[in-house]
Amino acid sequence: MNDWVLIQSLVVAVSTGTPVVLAGSGAILTQRSGVLDLGVEGTMLIGAVTGFWVTTATDSPFAGLVVAVLAAAVFSMIQGVLAVSLRANQVVVGVALVIFGSGLSSFIGSQGDPPLARRFSGAIFTPVYPESVHDWPAVGPLLLSHDPVVYMSWAFVAVVQWYVFRTRTGMHLRAVGHDPASADAAGLRVSGMRYLHVALGGAAAGAGGGYLTLRLFSDWFDDMTAGMGWIAVILVILASWRSLRLLVAAYAFGAISSLGFTLQLLGWNIPTELLAILPFLVVYLVMVFVSAAERRSQMPAALAEPYFRESR
Amino acid sequence: MEPAVRTRGLSKDFFGQSVLEDVDFDLRWGEIHALLGENGAGKSTLCSILAGLYHPTRGEMMLAGAPYSPHSPHAALEAGVGMVYQHFRLVEQMTVAENILLGNPDVPVRMTASGLADRAREVMDRHGLWIEPTRYVADLAVGEKQQAEIIRLLNRGVKVLILDEPTAVLTPREAEALFATLRNLADQGQGVILVTHKLREVQQSADTVTVLRSGKKVAHQGVEDTTTHDLARLMIGDDLAPGSGVDASHTTGDKLLELHSVSVVSDAATRPELDDVSLTVRAGQIVGVAGVSGNGQRELAEVITGLRTTTSGTIRLRGEDISSQTIGSRINKGMGFVPEDRLTRGLVLGLEIEDNVLLRSQRDREFSIGPFLRLSAIRQWARRLIDRFDIRGVRKGLPISVLSGGNLQRLILARELSRQPALLVASEPTRGLDVGAAEAVRTTLKTERGRGVGILLFSGDLEEVLGISDEVVVMYEGRIVASRPASEVDVAQVGRWMAGVT
Repeated sequence: MNDWVLIQSLVVAVSTGTPVVLAGSGAILTQRSGVLDLGVEGTMLIGAVTGFWVTTATDSPFAGLVVAVLAAAVFSMIQGVLAVSLRANQVVVGVALVIFGSGLSSFIGSQGDPPLARRFSGAIFTPVYPESVHDWPAVGPLLLSHDPVVYMSWAFVAVVQWYVFRTRTGMHLRAVGHDPASADAAGLRVSGMRYLHVALGGAAAGAGGGYLTLRLFSDWFDDMTAGMGWIAVILVILASWRSLRLLVAAYAFGAISSLGFTLQLLGWNIPTELLAILPFLVVYLVMVFVSAAERRSQMPAALAEPYFRESR
Repeated sequence: MEPAVRTRGLSKDFFGQSVLEDVDFDLRWGEIHALLGENGAGKSTLCSILAGLYHPTRGEMMLAGAPYSPHSPHAALEAGVGMVYQHFRLVEQMTVAENILLGNPDVPVRMTASGLADRAREVMDRHGLWIEPTRYVADLAVGEKQQAEIIRLLNRGVKVLILDEPTAVLTPREAEALFATLRNLADQGQGVILVTHKLREVQQSADTVTVLRSGKKVAHQGVEDTTTHDLARLMIGDDLAPGSGVDASHTTGDKLLELHSVSVVSDAATRPELDDVSLTVRAGQIVGVAGVSGNGQRELAEVITGLRTTTSGTIRLRGEDISSQTIGSRINKGMGFVPEDRLTRGLVLGLEIEDNVLLRSQRDREFSIGPFLRLSAIRQWARRLIDRFDIRGVRKGLPISVLSGGNLQRLILARELSRQPALLVASEPTRGLDVGAAEAVRTTLKTERGRGVGILLFSGDLEEVLGISDEVVVMYEGRIVASRPASEVDVAQVGRWMAGVT
């Protein structure tokens, strides 16, 4: 029954892609302001561990998610201070932040009695609508079977798209990212905008990380993001800094990542190691074609460039 | 009525070096006030202070009679002072409407592209100016960008408009349109400050002029009460009047550079970049190449210096065929090159002067032992060049990007000439320089000629070509259409050749 296989693999694609959707949409906001946040992977790890910790303590995944978002936003301020105020090299700061986030999350995970790594959380996010509607043809599994975070991620994507292109502040955001000197001359607060959007990006990455522990794996282990943060950064570029495209790209990534699962359902047997590299190959190929086809690049022209007013 | 702007004792230091000293400046409402001075005289600094970009080290400012000390460009804008920079403060990747309304608090929080365009149209109608609001700034011509910039500032309620060298990037027709716009704004009561080093513009468009020299105010008067000659003297100082270069008597020597039937064809479908070009440069001779830009001058310079390869023909330097030699070996055989685009091809702006003077000489025994550099020798040499060529503004430990255009050009000349080349290929050596700096460069070229250097000079400035060359060649569509001694031709004749009329 191939329709069933298709629908099931799409459902898996959605849940696998959701952390990437959240982190990537946030990264769009950060990068639109001209700050290249390569630290997404580390920020997600912070969100994952803090969210799990709070949830095991409170039995409320919502409380866990809120803390994950706040902790990640605070963590991303390291990037803010170094990249915006101290004008450090953003590539170095980002990569260092991944390593730091990984170490810090492992440390947090080793604390407590029993340590988080050996706890199991009973409280996770559950589907919003009752089981009975999940079986409705097509729309049931595809649209109605998800947990609240998935719906939040959809709303977030729509809000980001609307915010960037249809609001005054969004226009200011684009100006700051493309040309901070012009934005400054127009009276916009370049550093303020950058700090704000670094924090928003961090918060969204935290939500993405939290989703891993509070739904996808319902467990915590070291370096559990396994490259998802990097994928988010890559997909942001692939989606030319547009969140609706990012949503599609993230789900495509989710579908390809879960191809092993799909093929198992179909009874095929292909080495999983081979399947694991497939998403990256696809990303490279698509990227080549997308960048060749783009007429007017959306890439923030001042991406990764610190702004210093009195530089001559 | 209180003056629009008044400064008293305004001073600014950069890295301990004074660039503006005790300047008293007054701007009245409804006037176009020219701010005149050479590059590095402090015009841009004064304006940047008025516009809130820099903070004065000392001194005070008044705006419409009230104390004025903007801590940012935004604060200046709020107060009604706006500046049109040489590099426009427009976001290239966004539309005209978005740029005009950027930072405008009246724009609704929620907006659409068409709503924004309507608003921009309204603004433009109000000021009698027009640029299609839905176009992307990147697609505009330079003059249109400037108009968009002015509209943007007017929309922010600017009452004092400062323009930094606004015509440097404009065609003559665009410049006329700009002056008409400015006159119109002044008639509406705006104060307009026009920064320039072109005397003709002052006479043509301004009411009042303030002259700055080396960071100090040297004059402030009505344009009607002064002549171009007076202004030139005030601007440059008495010590160096334009055209004072002494024409050293010299003799013409052996053939240095010989091009024989050189052609460059990069695409068989279009006309060749260079078509059967033959010319000779002798020792102690300046050969000036005239022509409308894009008729093969750049290709000719590149083919001689080795940046481009010939399709056919031979190039000889002191009798030796160098057509297929590398750039490095041409340099070693005595060729110097002042590239047209000095900022990208001539210098490394992010490096200090020592590194820049070393380029081309990095393998010399004098400056290196194997792979190691002899830093003290290099430093001493750089200091000698600074003294000999009067390069000003060099600061230890800072990149050369802090130097003004004239000093950068002097630096390139210093580097090339210090290698004592037999032949110097100079492309547009005075472009973008003010009167004094350009004259200094020409004097240097003439001095070198007197010492027996052969010079091939490419210049878009016809008067310059005719003024210092011994021999003039004219290029048209990749060919040399005329070659005469400079004394036998006049501007009108050369102009006709340049236009392809024979």
